Amino acid sequence: MDKVLDVKNLHISFTTYGGEVKAVRGVTFHLNKGETLAIVGESGCGKSVTSSSIMGLIPSPPGKIVNGSIMYKGKDLTKATDKEMRKIRGVDISMIFQDPMTALNPTLTVGTQLVEGLKHHKTLSNNEARKQAIAMMHLVGIPNPEERMKQYPHQFSGGMRQRIVIAIALICEPELLIADEPTTALDVTIQAQILDLFGRIQEQLGVSIILITHDLGVVAKIADRIAVMYAGKIIETGTKREIFYHAQHPYTKGLLHSVPRLDLKEAKLIPIDGTPPDLFSPPIGCPFTARCPYAMEVCDKVYPTHSKISDSHHVECWLQDDRAKLVAGSTVTSK
Amino acid sequence: MLRYILKRFTIMAVTLFIIVTLTFILMHSIPGSPFNQERGTNEAVQANLEEFYNLDEPLYVQYFIYLKAVATFDFGPSIKQPTATVNDLLGRGFPVSLELGLVSIIIAVISGILLGIIAALRHNEIIDYIAMTIAVLGISIPNFILATQLIQTFAVNLKILPAATWSSPMHMILPTIALATGPMAIIARLTRSTMLEVLTQDYIKMARAKGLSPAKIVFKHALRNALMPVVTILGTLLAGILTGTFVLEQIFAIPGMGKYFVESINTRDYPVIMGTTVFYSAFLIFMLFLVDIVYGLLDPRIKLHQKEVK
Ligand SMILES: Nc1ncnc2c1ncn2[C@@H]1O[C@H](COP(=O)(O)OP(=O)(O)OP(=O)(O)O)[C@@H](O)[C@H]1O
Ligand code: SF4
Ligand SMILES: [Mg+2]
Repeated sequence: MDKVLDVKNLHISFTTYGGEVKAVRGVTFHLNKGETLAIVGESGCGKSVTSSSIMGLIPSPPGKIVNGSIMYKGKDLTKATDKEMRKIRGVDISMIFQDPMTALNPTLTVGTQLVEGLKHHKTLSNNEARKQAIAMMHLVGIPNPEERMKQYPHQFSGGMRQRIVIAIALICEPELLIADEPTTALDVTIQAQILDLFGRIQEQLGVSIILITHDLGVVAKIADRIAVMYAGKIIETGTKREIFYHAQHPYTKGLLHSVPRLDLKEAKLIPIDGTPPDLFSPPIGCPFTARCPYAMEVCDKVYPTHSKISDSHHVECWLQDDRAKLVAGSTVTSK
Repeated sequence: MLRYILKRFTIMAVTLFIIVTLTFILMHSIPGSPFNQERGTNEAVQANLEEFYNLDEPLYVQYFIYLKAVATFDFGPSIKQPTATVNDLLGRGFPVSLELGLVSIIIAVISGILLGIIAALRHNEIIDYIAMTIAVLGISIPNFILATQLIQTFAVNLKILPAATWSSPMHMILPTIALATGPMAIIARLTRSTMLEVLTQDYIKMARAKGLSPAKIVFKHALRNALMPVVTILGTLLAGILTGTFVLEQIFAIPGMGKYFVESINTRDYPVIMGTTVFYSAFLIFMLFLVDIVYGLLDPRIKLHQKEVK
């Protein structure tokens, strides 16, 4: 399969008055053409920072890509100039933000904001641009697009605004779409509609999607593969099936347990105790040690090695080590 | 929209009426009359004069005569300069004052906004600090002190600019700087702070995600939103500029309306006081109305005729 994006050993830090925040600490993942990769994890684990870095939108200063590479179409985006990035943003890679209420400019009409990117990147007549914008509004399910183009964001509901934000992101038919918590700010019925929309878009446009969320319900609906992030690292990746049914990392298991499940008679939410480590001085060993029910002596001393369960399923946890398996093998394999 | 404008005009008329009434009361509560400062007027002449200007009538009759004058905008001749009517004086003075005020406000708005944008874009860099130091100085130094300093430096010491009067563009430089600096500083500070806030908004991130150039992001997406608060204080600044012209016209001996206004109060020249006050008030009230209209045009969320629609 073609790789659209290949991120290797990415390190991102922020210089603050309190010191250096190591927000992303060696993240490696890739994205295949036409697939949806979900990045999940608790608040503050570095999901947004990772995705912003792909767009070249890390505020700098204070942010800085310290190490690693982001390969897109044979080009390393970490080394691209701002001018080069401007040619990629919106055309090749687009982004959808979390809150549709604030993502649209209140003083410009929806039509202006929709056509703007198109006219900026492509030489089109006004009429042609308008036609494409109307077609895109149709695609994302906005009724009466001709009328609605002339209206301002405050004249739309939250769900409709998110559709417009999606339309803006897709207008130049990008190859890669990054959606940072696209449904978190919406209520549940609207969420479902927007997720359906993602499915439809992918079918029609063949776009690859990176979906960032901390809602595993969303992941279950539309992801092909899942990357679980914890304290600036990806600690487990696998196909949806592998993660949902054969999770190996204690943190992933904890996340899965903390989801209220409607398919079980007793929907029980078991939160994971404790809080993630401080990213000013992240632990040298496994960052989950303090909260891990299986923590061993080695865990907080040495970072766990990378283990391959299958070609697609990777874990970073000492329990995967053959020596650990000898001792505690039975507790590790999932039910 | 038309109904909104009609409503506003009614309110403006009521405001003006209140101002006229208050001015009348205040004017007649200052002790003295136009004539008793003049030495050697004999009583018969004084009585004649008083009759001519209706000053012998009871106050309420005078009040109605004034109301009529306001309604027709005909205040009759000045008492102190009997050869000129009040309208003549206004016709002479207003263009000069307007020029001074207009040039100042344009300079203040343009340079204030530019300074604010630059400071915001170079946030916490040396340019930002310099711009904000200038702004703080501009706000805290009263315009008459600035004016005398400017005259001292550029006219007296350096001898590169004329010290007073209003006869050429060179003569305009010092008064407009003195008048524009305060409002400019206020606008610069406000633009900077709102700009900084706007630049962190999601829709700016979104504009960047579209791949737009920095110039387009600043001028198309950020500036319009950042200017909203600036437009709201424009009314206050206009009032400030207006009163500023009184003072600066005195200092720079500029033959504007402010000069007649101040003189008329000192000499109890009732018709001129009334005429200039009414004119100033009407002008300011109308400008405030224009500011509101502009605000409505800038921000689509504000509907001027909202109440009528619902
Ligand atoms: N501009 C910044 N300056 C300093 N630190 C930052 C900045 N942006 C992010 N960080 C730090 O980077 C870390 C990761 O932040 P990030 O926004 O990626 O989290 P997230 O996983 O997206 O969380 P959430 O689910 O809350 O959106 C946080 O600890 C945060 O404090
Ligand atoms: S490495 Fe150790 S502490 Fe970390 S998750 Fe695995 S068992 Fe738990
Ligand atoms: Mg985030």
